[in-house]
Amino acid sequence: MSEPIPAIKKFSDLANPTVFLGLTARIVPYLAVLTALLFVWGLYLSFTTEGDYQQGETVRIMYVHVPAAWLSMMCYSIMAASALGTLVWRHPLADVSAKAAAPLGAGFTLLALITGSLWGKPMWGTWWVWDARLTSVFVLFLMYLGLMALQRAMDDPSRSARVSAVLILIGFVNIPIIKFSVEWWNTLHQPASIMRMGGSAIDPEFLRPLLVMAAAFTLLFFTLHFLAIRNEIWRRRVSAQRRLAARMANREG
Amino acid sequence: MMALFLRDLKLSVRAGGGALIGVLFFTTVVAVIPFGVGPDLNLLSRIGPAIVWIGALLASLLGLDRLFQAEREDGSLDILLMQETPLVLTVLVKCLAHWTATGLPLVLASPMLGLFMNMNEVAIGAVMLTLLVGSPAITFIGAAGAAVAVTLPRGGLLVSILILPLTVPVLIFGVSAAYAAVEDPAPFFPPFAILCAITLFFAVIGPAAAAIALKNSSE
Amino acid sequence: MRLKAENLSVRRGDDLLFSNISFELARGEALIVTGRNGSGKSTLLRTVAGLIHPEGGRAYLLSDGRESEAKVPEASHYLGHRNAMKVELTVRENLDFWKTWLGDFEGGKGLGIEDAADAVGLSGITHLPFGYLSAGQQRRFAMARLLVSHRPIWLLDEPTAALDASADQLFSGFVEAHLKSGGMVIAATHQPLGLAETRELRMKGFDYLAGEHAA
Repeated sequence: MSEPIPAIKKFSDLANPTVFLGLTARIVPYLAVLTALLFVWGLYLSFTTEGDYQQGETVRIMYVHVPAAWLSMMCYSIMAASALGTLVWRHPLADVSAKAAAPLGAGFTLLALITGSLWGKPMWGTWWVWDARLTSVFVLFLMYLGLMALQRAMDDPSRSARVSAVLILIGFVNIPIIKFSVEWWNTLHQPASIMRMGGSAIDPEFLRPLLVMAAAFTLLFFTLHFLAIRNEIWRRRVSAQRRLAARMANREG
Repeated sequence: MMALFLRDLKLSVRAGGGALIGVLFFTTVVAVIPFGVGPDLNLLSRIGPAIVWIGALLASLLGLDRLFQAEREDGSLDILLMQETPLVLTVLVKCLAHWTATGLPLVLASPMLGLFMNMNEVAIGAVMLTLLVGSPAITFIGAAGAAVAVTLPRGGLLVSILILPLTVPVLIFGVSAAYAAVEDPAPFFPPFAILCAITLFFAVIGPAAAAIALKNSSE
Repeated sequence: MRLKAENLSVRRGDDLLFSNISFELARGEALIVTGRNGSGKSTLLRTVAGLIHPEGGRAYLLSDGRESEAKVPEASHYLGHRNAMKVELTVRENLDFWKTWLGDFEGGKGLGIEDAADAVGLSGITHLPFGYLSAGQQRRFAMARLLVSHRPIWLLDEPTAALDASADQLFSGFVEAHLKSGGMVIAATHQPLGLAETRELRMKGFDYLAGEHAA
């Protein structure tokens, strides 16, 4: 490991929290504005497109439900990547990124669960069924909460980083299960209709708002994630300053 | 008194999210039931109130063993014991703080789990109400157990074993009141009134027993 | 006001730790309890503090020659091996809690939180969580508890164990000031506290059947 390749070098530059803070300070405002614009567009489309002849107005719930569900899985994948970064490359920001993503992931998963059950009540006649897709998403939600509890339970960030990274990677097994649950088991939840072999099975009338909303949700996630990482960096700095203050007081005393 | 209440609340919020872990445990316990009994919605809605109650009972036992042990470990218990304020009152306040921090979130989380168990609105309301009234009793009994086990090095499990048999009446009347609200012939009020009485009874007995145990625990 | 202990005996299990210990303290007097490990110094302090029920004898307060209404534990501060502070709370929250919880015993007033922190030489870090501090700093703030609420009797068990020389001196200063203002101190210690006029109670352990040692 004499000379890191340029890409890695660039990447490790990002590892410097100060550089990262400076960079995100410039990016985040644009990102936030873009997110807001996409949401305005997406919501406008969501409410102006026609309702489904079978589902009626409830189909509009999908424009929130589907992106939230995608995001819940993407967020976990990002956490898993960060966990790899922590364990393999000891990337100092990886652990911060994983910690910042957990509450966001829990939020998106909860949103997916709530919108799903709001949709399920009129469509299936029940708020909740224990089928493979719903159950595996619920397990994902519990895993997010468990990880948050674990990260909060330990005082020392570097120690908690390793332990929770291991747990995140173990939990990653759940993501393919969620993805393919609708195909492996016969479930009430409909199978994937947008990303599948042989083209999308969904009418463009519905696809357009869905994709715009998905883009808006994705940008929202990144905006919040950057902000959360910033907060975590500052939180750690404050904590370090406080410890320093305690040591300084001793010297005077 | 208020100072102690606030301090205990602050402690349980700051020390690694105590309420979060309790609710998480509650959710997990209830969520594994359908895997065991199968996803039959009719069956789930029938056993739902009992399952939610048992889950809440187990979750509220979590952390009870630390009620006095944490105070003992850092020496605070000695100083609390030396005061002229009646020890019963101190214990009662600690119980109330503990319940507010861990029991109340369970009560608030119970409707969500009711939905998972396919319970109808009345059943969910009844379970929430009975939990609200009944779960303090578990904390009060738990305080007595925690006080007895305060000097034991690995008291945690022992506390649960000591307390669980005592919580049986709470469980019986809590669940039967919840069922009475759903099933027509059985009246809701009598078991509910008994549940209230049990809670009030333990609110007196639990702290008193805990105070006696604590007085004799120090060496 | 006087503190009187009569024929205190404590049994642990089948062993008699000590028996028939009597002493009397007046305002401004200090009693230093010495003796080897296991001779029952800590137990004696805890007995006076009311945390251990003696097998025989008792400790009580005398005011104007009559037995006072107030019990000894209520009139006492107990500083044991542990600091009685929560690591999750800030120093200020800790001290604030003890100040309101303990209140002041009649005829005195405790210092404010900042004044007490100043007195132990650690002003300006009361906003930090107690767990951030070093062992020595924690011990100093444990002493600050004695200052924020007034108690005429201080029961000190190895008070200077985790302290360096300068803090040791600081603490001797507190004890001296406390005695000057009419307080009483009973301290179990190996190290001399550097006090001028003290009496000594030497605990010899059970094999000597320690008798009355009020010097």
